[in-house]
Amino acid sequence: MSSYLQLSGINKTYGNFTALENVDLEVEKGEFVTFLGPSGSGKTTTLMLIAGFATPTRGTIDIEGASLAGLDPQDRNIGIVFQNYALFPHKTAAENVYFPLQMRDVKRLEGMRRADEMLDLVGLAGFSHRYPKELSGGQQQRVALARALVFEPDLLLLDEPLGALDKNLREQMQIEIKRIQKKLGVTTIFVTHDQTEAMSMSDRICVFSNGKIEQLGKPLDIYHRPKTKFVADFIGESNLIPARITDAANCKAQSNVLGDVTYGTQSGTELRDGQEVSLVIRPEHLKLSSKRLADRMSAGIEIETIVNYGDNALVIGTSESQQIRVRVPGADVVILNEGDKCFISWTQDDVFVVTD
Amino acid sequence: MMRRMTRLVDHQTIWPWLLLLPLAVYLLVFFAVPLIEVLKMSVTEPKPGLGNYQKVFTGALYGKVFLNTFGTATLVTVCCLIVGYPLAYLMSNTTPRRAMMILLLITMSFWTSFLVRTYAWMVLLGNNGPIIWLIEMIGIADPPGLLFTRFSSTLAMVHILAPYMIMNIYSVMKKIDPVLIRSAESMGARGGSLFRHIYLPLTAPGIANGAVLVFVICLGFYVTPVLLGSPREQMVAGLIGNQIEQFLAFGLGSAMAVVLLVITLIVLGIYHSRFGLDKLWG
Ligand SMILES: Nc1ncnc2c1ncn2[C@@H]1O[C@H](COP(=O)(O)OP(=O)(O)O)[C@@H](O)[C@H]1O
Ligand SMILES: [Mg+2]
Repeated sequence: MSSYLQLSGINKTYGNFTALENVDLEVEKGEFVTFLGPSGSGKTTTLMLIAGFATPTRGTIDIEGASLAGLDPQDRNIGIVFQNYALFPHKTAAENVYFPLQMRDVKRLEGMRRADEMLDLVGLAGFSHRYPKELSGGQQQRVALARALVFEPDLLLLDEPLGALDKNLREQMQIEIKRIQKKLGVTTIFVTHDQTEAMSMSDRICVFSNGKIEQLGKPLDIYHRPKTKFVADFIGESNLIPARITDAANCKAQSNVLGDVTYGTQSGTELRDGQEVSLVIRPEHLKLSSKRLADRMSAGIEIETIVNYGDNALVIGTSESQQIRVRVPGADVVILNEGDKCFISWTQDDVFVVTD
Repeated sequence: MMRRMTRLVDHQTIWPWLLLLPLAVYLLVFFAVPLIEVLKMSVTEPKPGLGNYQKVFTGALYGKVFLNTFGTATLVTVCCLIVGYPLAYLMSNTTPRRAMMILLLITMSFWTSFLVRTYAWMVLLGNNGPIIWLIEMIGIADPPGLLFTRFSSTLAMVHILAPYMIMNIYSVMKKIDPVLIRSAESMGARGGSLFRHIYLPLTAPGIANGAVLVFVICLGFYVTPVLLGSPREQMVAGLIGNQIEQFLAFGLGSAMAVVLLVITLIVLGIYHSRFGLDKLWG
């Protein structure tokens, strides 16, 4: 079974700097995959290799089984939205959207009609005759999206398209992009360094770090079952607690902070007895109580700081000089005071092990 | 208290003006006063009235010289563009080192007095000069004289004015976001269509700036056309010089100067209404 877009064994080096190392990725037709990772982790490089603006040092890229090697960017039929929109300042919104059609020898009358339709779809009806500088950031973003989609590309690439927008507009555009992508069914790769954006939009997330894919999977799988310390730390809030495996066969580990812990069954990573690892517990999976609870594992902490967010609060406590973060519902926080001694508790399924 | 405040404010608003004073005096003495004098002479010499202007507008010779001036300025501007555009493109798309080298060569010729450059052309193009010698070497006997022709004056003026064109276009090309070009390529644009639809329009402001600057400076060129050009194809500035030096026709010369000034201002005015004059100097 071959997938729609396939990257196999991609390496990219600049001089003796390795920008990408052994990147393998398969994307299904119509899928929305997000590249998530810190700045400099190789996301843009990967996009540029797919778009044809750079050639991989090693490895192959195929669409529907046909290699893209040797194909100019002009001939790849890939729509790209760049971070700063890259709209042509001397063309109106409609002319910008018409441009890729013009390059495909579509006559002006027909092309402008299709451009207007596309502007309609992205919610910009009536703005056809505006120049880019007469449009707001969000509107320019929509024009760029329309322009990347109007020629029915085989693939849509978006490189941090929402980075320059303020929070409200971002959320609005996230929903819009998702809606349009679904409607057109275009296979999409979306780059971001914002994990909530990745969570809310993607079919699958591909986590990049230092030119490598750290983990690839469905958003909730990655959230609940990160494979590495990096992923656990980068995606969502985590308590990362150093520990040593005492009995890998029965999922037992020992930690200074939490004592003896039984962790959830682990898939993928092989663990050895005596191995140094980190235990991950999400702040919202920990429970605070004044007494030890019989049916849960627990440890004592002293509350240091309480940060209220209204609907919930973040309680930061310490145990054995390790900081522990706990999310509690807003209603529960009123009985807590800074300096209180209490217990955190968890179940086996709340704990998982990551390695470096 | 209030009084102190206002005095302080006065002090602060006066300072910048005081600093401008030497410049203002300079402009008044060497620019405004002579200009007013020229205006005055054009309607008083040799006798009061608009006779001089009537001559300028009806005399066949004068009309021809004005037309010739426009023709030459246009030709020089076009040549500067043809030479300058590819050079500016090369500069903005090569390694920083090479760009620096080219820039250095251009500015070096730019800093050399244009009188010196004009004489250099006289030597190069003269009947005993290296270029005629070269032409004879390749077997063309008795080549036509190059000096004192429209060719020689145009060549020298293009040489002198091309840096204005190159700098204006270069500064615009340098500011073009390479992502725009990439983005156009990803949409299928390449070669000629990429140039025509994207690159050329993006560099148009630089072309407009350079062209206006070259054209306006060329309109008033004096030394180069007088020394290198054909006596039969005079430009306005040279004619004005003639009127005053040879015929002592101060009034007629002044009237021509005023007409030239007005035409120049009209060109700048049109430019200003399209692009804004403040952009002319980058
Ligand atoms: N043309 C290039 N020459 C040298 N290094 C580059 C080049 N392009 C990218 N890099 C390097 O590759 C790494 C990955 O960059 P990039 O893919 O842009 O990261 P991201 O998009 O994830 O922020 C960075 O360290 C960057 O400096
Ligand atoms: Mg990037």
